[in-house]
Amino acid sequence: MAEDKLKEAVKEPSMILQKELIAGNYEALTSAPETGRKVCSTFVPGNLNELIRCFDMINNLPEINAINNGMRKKTGAMIQDAEKAGHSEDVCTYVKSDIGMMAQGNIAPNGKPMPRPDMLMLSYTGCYTFMKWFELLRHEYKCPTAMLQVPYQGDGRITPEMIRYVVKQLKEEVIPTMERVSGVKFDIDRLREMLKLSARAEDDLVWVLESAKHRPSPIDAYFGAVYYMGPIFTAFRGTREAVDYYVMLRGEIEERIARGQGPITPEGEQKEQKYRLVVEGPPNWTSFRQFWKMFYDEGAVVVASTYSKVGGLYDRGFRHDPEHPLESLAEYCLSCYTNNNMPQRVDLIEQYMHEYEADGFLTNSIKSCNSFAAGELLMMREIEKRTGKPGAFIETDLVDPRYFSAANVKNRLESYFQMIEQKRKGEKSAA
Amino acid sequence: MGIAEIVERCERLHEDIDFTAAREWKAAEPGRRVIGYLPVYVPEEIIHAAGMLPLGITGGGDQMEVIHGDAYYQSYICRIPRSTIELGITGRLDFVDGMIFPSICDVIRNLSGMWKLMFPDKYVRYLDVPQNYRDDIGGEFYRNEMRELLAGLEALSGRRVSDDDINASIRVYNRNRELVRTLYALRSDQPWQVPTTELYLLSRAGLVLPVEEHNQLLEAYLEAVQSEQRPRRDNCRIVVNGSFCEQPPLNLIKSIEMAGCYVVDDDYVQVNRWLKREVPSDGDPFEALASAFLHHSADTAAKYAETEEQVGRQLLESVERNRAEGVIFAAPSFCDPALLWRPMLADKLSRKGIPHISFKYSENAGQMAPIREQAGTFADSLKLWS
Ligand code: SF4
Ligand code: SF4
Repeated sequence: MAEDKLKEAVKEPSMILQKELIAGNYEALTSAPETGRKVCSTFVPGNLNELIRCFDMINNLPEINAINNGMRKKTGAMIQDAEKAGHSEDVCTYVKSDIGMMAQGNIAPNGKPMPRPDMLMLSYTGCYTFMKWFELLRHEYKCPTAMLQVPYQGDGRITPEMIRYVVKQLKEEVIPTMERVSGVKFDIDRLREMLKLSARAEDDLVWVLESAKHRPSPIDAYFGAVYYMGPIFTAFRGTREAVDYYVMLRGEIEERIARGQGPITPEGEQKEQKYRLVVEGPPNWTSFRQFWKMFYDEGAVVVASTYSKVGGLYDRGFRHDPEHPLESLAEYCLSCYTNNNMPQRVDLIEQYMHEYEADGFLTNSIKSCNSFAAGELLMMREIEKRTGKPGAFIETDLVDPRYFSAANVKNRLESYFQMIEQKRKGEKSAA
Repeated sequence: MGIAEIVERCERLHEDIDFTAAREWKAAEPGRRVIGYLPVYVPEEIIHAAGMLPLGITGGGDQMEVIHGDAYYQSYICRIPRSTIELGITGRLDFVDGMIFPSICDVIRNLSGMWKLMFPDKYVRYLDVPQNYRDDIGGEFYRNEMRELLAGLEALSGRRVSDDDINASIRVYNRNRELVRTLYALRSDQPWQVPTTELYLLSRAGLVLPVEEHNQLLEAYLEAVQSEQRPRRDNCRIVVNGSFCEQPPLNLIKSIEMAGCYVVDDDYVQVNRWLKREVPSDGDPFEALASAFLHHSADTAAKYAETEEQVGRQLLESVERNRAEGVIFAAPSFCDPALLWRPMLADKLSRKGIPHISFKYSENAGQMAPIREQAGTFADSLKLWS
């Protein structure tokens, strides 16, 4: 079924609130020339939203712009524009859709032009592409850039030296740049207040994600979770609005659990849950609804995903800590999913498979994203070996529609679900 | 030794995907250890000081058929990690006691963890390098990384390494860098005397030989090449950029020259010229190595350029210093760092009116005709306009 024939999506109150929040941020961004507020562009994983807000700056996230443009089917043309301008077909399409967006006048979803950023906050957690991406933007905007190197957890742990290194950069490079750009003095107590709010929202987010342990699961922890993680992974962590959003969301899910209901898909409640899956890798955005539909139509529900941890592994216990503000920001940056090494990633997925009683493990491998993708085939084999559950591998892209082949993905998924079915029958007859 | 003999030796080393020379070195004395490392840079001095042989691994080149490696990587990932895995799975690295995966990109970063999963008994270290260039911030971080690396190697060998040991190693590597710089300067001066294939093979030999032996080889070559006059061609002078990780096949390197281009600078295997100046060897060796990294090291796409002015600065300087007429961007397919950097560098060149072309390759590329044609057309246009 063609995507444009999909019905008007069903929306819950929390979704409407989130939409308002995001629209409000775009409004703040596009009206910055009038309000005089400063704009700080930065990345999603391990972002320093509370810190940015401490300086009254507005947070602009190019990845979110790319996702937004992807969902509105605008990225195909943007990517082609960037390629025409000399960017390689081989590199991450988030970067190219951002560059293509600039070339097309940098229009925000509200139809107004985005302002030039006043600073680029290059905190690169879990991805080297970030570094070149912001060098490219700096090349264009010639604006101040603060670099925050976040060491990789090569040995699968965060050492005191790593924390010290990140904190030192925050104190001596990042904060002074933010003070200079914004003209606002750093107030650590203000940061503490925000971190308190962050931790509250984080508690509720974890509750929401873990609700998928129920049968039936009241949420889809991949397709649905990309909405649930929205406020906390973007411009709202550390705000009262985010706290309110998660309270509301939690209320909705509590009700669904009480009524024994499944997730709310764009076409209403998912009634059937034949397959519980754990998913690795980001989703495809250009055909997001069509992709999701391939799951719920077959009765597949995602009970845990790694993508919903790119902005923090809160479910493994991390919380922002107002008692140790800078150290906790450092720990946050260091602990995001793709900053974990491969053995950690495999261990995490294995735990999810058990904790969420999953029937299978699926990888959506993204052409753009080496950070996620390099090594995913080995990960899948490891998970299969350790859990005895079948794995499947599909390949798509984030925002480049040329790499989403609906027929292939659908075939692959259908045969995968059959495989789970057969495996189940085999297990039953062996029992 | 004459040129032919030296080059032949290097050619054999280059083709030998069983690393026989390193195996022989290890077997010569009990207790010797070999530490493999991937591009783009590791402080070899630390490994050397620990009494071990640093072995540079740049995939399997075009000699090796990749059978297993493809099952580990999607088609849109570059080739070097899959051929490196192939080397591992086929037992060609069984004599290697440990592997270092330096910070260069997400692919090699993730490969470090894959290695841990696949070869759980081996010493595996991911080596982070600083992207902050202040001595008290990035420098401190990097000194600590090197100390941790050394501690790991000491644990492996059971032998303590002193600052003096490292300083002695710095001196040997200083000599190596000096010789390599001389070789590069000579090629730039008289490119007909030092064909790039020879220079490249000599560089590659440095990845697999003990540094002392490599130094002798370089000395011998430099001496031999002075005493022989080689025919001078009417080639244009170009700089190659983007080939710092997965290496082009030797035929590709040859093709560029055969197409009428003298390569007067390049970023092929550059571990031996990463540190651009002599490293002090009479004080705290960690300070000296860190300071050299922060303030006098090669620019590659894997490093953060602190300011917009720094982007491409070394490339522009190289073009000027080496009197190059143009730049060839030659990057591995699917190499995010090189390919993301290229538009910025290209823009800097264009602003100065420096002509450039670009193409992609893979280490096992077989078809040279299109590249030869492209390089040939470029050479012709340079000659026409110069
Ligand atoms: S490579 Fe992956 S993590 Fe990095 S910017 Fe692209 S999509 Fe994001
Ligand atoms: S060729 Fe490029 S992408 Fe591939 S491993 Fe090397 S630096 Fe990374």
